[in-house]
Formats: sequence, C-alpha cells, structure tokens
Amino acid sequence: MAIEAPARATPPEPPRGSLGYKGRDRPAGGFELWSWLFMRISGIVLLVLAVGHVLIMHVLDDGVDRVDFGFVAARWGSPFWRSWDWALLVLALIHGINGLRVIVQDYVRWPSVRLAVNMLFYAIGFGLFVLGTVVVFTFDPNEWQGTS
Amino acid sequence: MAKRKSDVGTLYKGSPGQWSWLLHRITGVAIILFLFAHVVDTAVVGWGPEAYNRVISVYHNWVVKLLELGLVAAVLYHSINGVKIMVFDFWPASSRHMKPIALASTALFVLSMIPITWIMGQSILEDAGIL
Repeated sequence: MAIEAPARATPPEPPRGSLGYKGRDRPAGGFELWSWLFMRISGIVLLVLAVGHVLIMHVLDDGVDRVDFGFVAARWGSPFWRSWDWALLVLALIHGINGLRVIVQDYVRWPSVRLAVNMLFYAIGFGLFVLGTVVVFTFDPNEWQGTS
Repeated sequence: MAKRKSDVGTLYKGSPGQWSWLLHRITGVAIILFLFAHVVDTAVVGWGPEAYNRVISVYHNWVVKLLELGLVAAVLYHSINGVKIMVFDFWPASSRHMKPIALASTALFVLSMIPITWIMGQSILEDAGIL
C-alpha cells in the first residue's frame, strides 16, 4: 500500500533562521550592512578590473606566454596600468577576505577559533597589501638595465 | 513502500539557487587562494628579471595552464553570478523570474567560455605536444 504524499502547491516555509529560498537577507544595519554594500560596489568595480585583467593577461594576444620581466616593465611604464593593478590588488584582497569572513561565520562555530582563523586571513591580507603596494609603486626596471 | 522520486528530490530540498550559491562560494575561495600566491609571484618582479622570469616560467607549463583556464572560468562565473545576485537584490520583483534569469546567466557564462576555451585550449595543446 502506497502512502500518498500530500500535494505541495508551494514549497514549505523554511525553518526560522535558515537562509530559506531567497538566499541571505540584506543585513538590517550596522557593520554587516556596510559589508553587504561594499561587496556589491566592489563587485561591480571588480567586474571591470578583474575580468579585464584576466582577459588581457590570460586570454588575448598569446596570454601568459608573452608575460616576462620586459612585459611587466613596459606595462608598468604607464601610470594607468600601475593604478589599475593597485586598485585590483586592494579591492580583490578586501572583497576576497571579507568573503572568507562570511564563510568562516558559517562553518567555524567556536568563537576563539573563528577569531583566530579570521585574524590569520587579515594578517595575510595586510601583508600582501603592503608587499603589493610597495612593489607596484617602487618598481623601477632601470635598476636592472643591461642585465636582461 | 516505494517513495516517488518527487518526494525525494535531489540531494536536498533547497531552491535551484543552492547550486549557484555553492559554485559562488567555491569559485570565490579558489580565486582568493590563488590571489594570495599571485601577489607574491608578481612581487618577485621587484627582485629583477632573472628571479621574475624563473618564477613566471611556471605559468608556461601546460598543466598550470589547465589550472589557469579553471581560474579564468572561476572569475567569469563569480562575476556573472554576482551580477545575477545584484539583480535580485536591487530589483526584488525580478526574483519572480528567478529561473529564467538563472538560466540566462548560466548561458552567458557557458557561451563566453567557448571562445576562451578555444583560445587557451590551443596554447595548452601546443605546450602539451598534441597540437
């Protein structure tokens, strides 16, 4: 004897507190709302910066095959590309590490471990921000003139 | 007492958005982990041509180029799906057409990957000695 399941016209209400069917709701205020807004604004900017970067460096015009020291030296001869790369560095790091923070919030429940994992990512992010910024703005190919 | 397929569904009974949610997470984590390495390898340019050219030659290996194709796909998927999320966020009425919008964004991703795979695939096959 088969037991008929009741017909479902609409999906059942998701349990309270779950993400439900609409995805995560927009935060009501405070830091999380700014974080939510930042992810969207930086996302739109990264759509240009990151997709542009990936297409230029990896797809068009022989892609990564043509990338070497001379290529970077010529490219960073222009303040436009230095600014592009620095903006990409900063926005991608903050966008990515804030994304990691949201994911850590979902999967790491123990507060001290959560803090430790987040701090590790913040430290990596800050270190890479400093390293990348110094290199983008101080790189001078003339230091190696005649060696390549 | 056999359960009908419609009672069981797929993996679990979430909305179709569960898959794009999962892919958005996976591609996002993959991109930021790559970025950690990529900032360091690019910074080597500050140590001169010999050091930089040696590091960058890793990217000219065909196996790494396969991963590179995956990276490009991840960036594109995350971008297009991110735009889809923003459409639902800033224009809530559009969530009534969630399925066609999700289908359109997936189609846009797949279609844009065709020429990219064609271009990058040739370079991969050449380096692998197949072409």
